[in-house]
Amino acid sequence: MFHSYPLPNPLHVVADDNEFGLNSRPAGWRNPQPREPYHLLVIGAGPAGLVAARAAAALGARVALVERHLLGGLSLNYGCVPSQALIRSSRLYAEMRNAEVYGVRTPQAIEVDFQLAMERMRRIRARAGRVDSARHVAAAGVDLFFGSARFVNSDAVDVDGVRLRFKKALIATGSRSLLPTIPGLDDAGYLTNETLFDITALPKSLLVIGGGPVGCQVAQALCRFGCRTIIAHAEPLFLPKEERDAAQLLADALARDGVETHLNTKAVNVRVEGGKKLVETINDGNVATIEVDEILTGIGRLPAIAGLNLEAAGVDYDPDRGIVVDDFLRTTNRLIFAAGDACLEHMFTDTAEASARIVVRNALCFGRVRLSALTIPWCTYTDPEIAHVGLYVRQARERGIPVKTYTVPLHEIDRALTDSEENGFVKIHVQDGSDKILGATVVARHAGEMINSLSLAMVAGIGLSTIAQVIHAYPTQAEGIRKAAMAHADTPPPRWMALLRRWWFAR
Amino acid sequence: MNTRPVNRAQSPQPPSDDALLEQLQRAAFAYFQTAYNPTNGLVADTNHEGAPCSIAVIGFALSVYPVGVERGWMERADAVQRTLVTLRFLMASDQSGSARATGYRGFYFHFLDMHSGTRVWHSEVSLIDTGFLIAGVLTAAAYFDADEPDESELRRLADALYCRVDWCWAQREGGAVTHGWKPECGFLNYGWEGYSEAILLYALGLGSPTHRLTDESFSAWTVTYQWENLYGYEFLYAGPLFIHQFSHAWIDFRGIRDAFMREKNCDYFENSRRATYVQREYAIRNPGSFVDYGANCWGLSAGDGPQASARRIAGRCQTFYGYAARGVPYGPDDGTLCGSSTLSSLVFAPELVLPALRALWLRSNGDHATFARASGFNPTLVESGPNGWISEGEFGLDQGMIVLMIENYRSGLPWRLGRANPFVRTGLRRAGFKGGWL
Repeated sequence: MFHSYPLPNPLHVVADDNEFGLNSRPAGWRNPQPREPYHLLVIGAGPAGLVAARAAAALGARVALVERHLLGGLSLNYGCVPSQALIRSSRLYAEMRNAEVYGVRTPQAIEVDFQLAMERMRRIRARAGRVDSARHVAAAGVDLFFGSARFVNSDAVDVDGVRLRFKKALIATGSRSLLPTIPGLDDAGYLTNETLFDITALPKSLLVIGGGPVGCQVAQALCRFGCRTIIAHAEPLFLPKEERDAAQLLADALARDGVETHLNTKAVNVRVEGGKKLVETINDGNVATIEVDEILTGIGRLPAIAGLNLEAAGVDYDPDRGIVVDDFLRTTNRLIFAAGDACLEHMFTDTAEASARIVVRNALCFGRVRLSALTIPWCTYTDPEIAHVGLYVRQARERGIPVKTYTVPLHEIDRALTDSEENGFVKIHVQDGSDKILGATVVARHAGEMINSLSLAMVAGIGLSTIAQVIHAYPTQAEGIRKAAMAHADTPPPRWMALLRRWWFAR
Repeated sequence: MNTRPVNRAQSPQPPSDDALLEQLQRAAFAYFQTAYNPTNGLVADTNHEGAPCSIAVIGFALSVYPVGVERGWMERADAVQRTLVTLRFLMASDQSGSARATGYRGFYFHFLDMHSGTRVWHSEVSLIDTGFLIAGVLTAAAYFDADEPDESELRRLADALYCRVDWCWAQREGGAVTHGWKPECGFLNYGWEGYSEAILLYALGLGSPTHRLTDESFSAWTVTYQWENLYGYEFLYAGPLFIHQFSHAWIDFRGIRDAFMREKNCDYFENSRRATYVQREYAIRNPGSFVDYGANCWGLSAGDGPQASARRIAGRCQTFYGYAARGVPYGPDDGTLCGSSTLSSLVFAPELVLPALRALWLRSNGDHATFARASGFNPTLVESGPNGWISEGEFGLDQGMIVLMIENYRSGLPWRLGRANPFVRTGLRRAGFKGGWL
């Protein structure tokens, strides 16, 4: 049984950063007079909702955008942006401690200032929110309403007592942390990635329950700041859906940073004693107790669709998988669409935005764009990063597709050597006997950057042999992609061609 | 270059390859003559003080006795008696699956007390180690084929032990076989995903006349295979070298192909040969900048390692691992090589292994047997000795692989016995293998 965590107090955040508050939820904001019926009514002003609202307004449509909390949603406020800012600061501390790797003397004393890093994070978060500030969104022609929306029938919502009618609607309400039900956890108190960025001091020790991508990112970053960090992960491997070599490299990286890892371990009980949180764990029948100052947990995400009164609108949903949509992102109510975490299996910012664009075309422009046509990359932002696009080898084999993988360890790449960033690889999967790229996994410090050229190739239908012909700037780590392509291009020719060549050069 | 210079003008020449191999094989065989408990037939995991029995090492022991008889290192009657003592103990052992039993459903706990034969080290009922044990049981039954009471009883016990194993109980939802089971927590939460030494397990499980695995079990496992082009070699990938070797101790994979290998126009023997070349390529590149890695010094596998403190190597902070499954190309790599694993590739790539063996002889001043049979050696840890760190004592798995793989190279006896085994033939066919000697 799981539950989702209540939202953090927005006023607490506003108090910490005036600009951030002005951008994401100005105090004293007055909702506009409704201009009914709206061509598109968007519920949720996260990445998907903002992209949809702006795109629709740019077409000249009457657009309403309803947000009950903060503009920018998870990604800006508690997700990608603040976490990346902290990850970058933490990486510098790690490099300082390992300066000898780069031929630099390690500083004798490394003083970690966590507050400074948090200040930087808040500054960057405020900057990132400027473009989509309340004022700018309104100036773009979007009627922005702050309040809670609930459907009253198939073509209208109520926003804190105000009825808004629509011709088409988009549900883009995002997701919440999925939390394990562990006896004593609520009483002991815990952090989630939604409350993590409100902390005012680095915990001395932290147990991360749930070693998913976000858990691993946070664990590594906080460990690098100097927090004694432990991960308890129920599965025998990190990232069970990823390449196993990627999971191993991640485990090695966490160990190098000093993160204590307990795989195949479930937390079963929490209590507080002497100001410390004691967590009882089970691993293959063995019971142990971990003592920490703080706990962070989150074992996935749940679509945030509670309170919308979807039944009144005739919109089918599943509490775990979200709003039921077809391949055109239309719900069971033909007037209502969904996008982003509220309905998608892949809960990423880039996917949310892409799905929002699909909805605008399908809802307002007689489009027939399919979600399944999207090529979706994703990245776990640990160090090294783990990025993937397309099929995994296992998926290809389960579908009966013969597959071959071209593997280039980063220790084969000069730029990885010069930068001392050798932990990683490029793996490109092709349909055996063809040039078609089925998928790829990159593990590298900048894997998220590198995966984009492979996404491009897949979307544009470019085969691996063509990539082999593309001059890559030297020295770059992206050369690993070209090396894999060259290995494909260097595949021995058919026997008849080999014989012909031998005859030709023997003349 | 991280190698020590060799004064070629004065360095002695190693003996002939055959002499080197004979010396190694004999020394490895000697392990099983002393690590054996004559009262119950159990065999120790290592020759360390207080070492428990490993059921996998029992399997190797039962497999090497025929080699010893053929080579004249052991009398046939002695080998039969040793085998009988072991099989009688296993047959009568406590199979209740309780925390102090010997096994469950025909499988056995990985580690047993050498005297009582009961479970130790909180170990799991291990599928793959039972597989090695049964392989040894069936090898003995195939070799000791005389029509006389003791050998007849041996064969009867062997059949009974094999038929008792409830292979299909250990299948996961979806077909692949799980890793193990503990009375405290049931099936262990990880299985055999990705290529591993488990081909032997599937061959035995699919060949069982009593509790065979379902037909889709093998394909449920091989769907997790990864065929990779690495350092210019195309092969079925697995990092540690032992994975490419263990099943080959008993099964001759030359010329027989399952559906996967037919698709790739290869076989598992050729695959292991390529895997050996990949290991050598990694050592030539030596990304960790470890001492002595190179064309004639390679081999990352499962084995013992130094308990040394972390230190700076090539600028990075290098930690060292004890017993670990080291692999290529992603490690873990702490500069520790596994001589027995290098040697076990002899049958796949003698052109690589024999030069490495001669180099080992030179490095060790003629004591190559110690280095090659040690569970691990690490030339980078120069403070441990003139040749670096070397694992103390002997591990039974390593000695068993050395005896069997050298014998496969010299005479092919273990493979001959495997080919003659009807259960193995049936199991391989059910797994989809065709062609060659099948």
